[in-house]
Amino acid sequence: MPTAMPRVTIRYFASLRERLGRAEEVLDLEGIRTVAEVWARATGEPLPANTLVAVNLEYADFSQPLRDGDEVAFFPPVTGG
Amino acid sequence: MTVLVQETAFDPWEALASYERSAPERFAGKTGGAAVFVGSMRDFNQGQTVRAMTLEHYPGMTVKYLEKVEAEARARWPLLDCLVIHRYGPLQPGDPIVLVAAWAAHRDAAFSACRYIIDELKTRAPFWKQEQTAAGRRWVTPEGSGK
Repeated sequence: MPTAMPRVTIRYFASLRERLGRAEEVLDLEGIRTVAEVWARATGEPLPANTLVAVNLEYADFSQPLRDGDEVAFFPPVTGG
Repeated sequence: MTVLVQETAFDPWEALASYERSAPERFAGKTGGAAVFVGSMRDFNQGQTVRAMTLEHYPGMTVKYLEKVEAEARARWPLLDCLVIHRYGPLQPGDPIVLVAAWAAHRDAAFSACRYIIDELKTRAPFWKQEQTAAGRRWVTPEGSGK
């Protein structure tokens, strides 16, 4: 039995979710490792300015390496309160 | 110390009264000051009439960051208690969106902590406002200092 490919769950919110036309997807980490690489592979688009990222509900850097089972979320600047 | 993220509409003054009634021993005689901030939905923004609003959020992360900001405030100032309530979902003009309350023995800690919590949650808690105007729907962009 080959080992299962490590994969991450990606979530998109607000204007980013609407523009990409999806809220969530799962991506194999085949040949890629960082948040920035996940964005590029999943969307095929340049990163919009000011995009924020969270890994497992914590703000993260785009250079952060990912592991199997991580949840990565991309979203625009927040406007609560 | 309580943080609530809810879709249900709430009356901030009733929420405060019932919170104090729920644990009178925590407040009576000890509280020298309570500072309260209530943020509500305006019917105008950037020169346009706003008919309604939808507040999207990242379930799990919002609660986590509100609790984080509240814990930072408690570490910085001697607080007796804090209450934070934040709505999500559909909102109408006039609806309360957020309540931040800080109780302390002295006013400086109460004012400072309340201010810190609302300012920090506005830049870190993952909520996004979408407004409905006569021209259609639009995502709100950060307003800077909001002062």
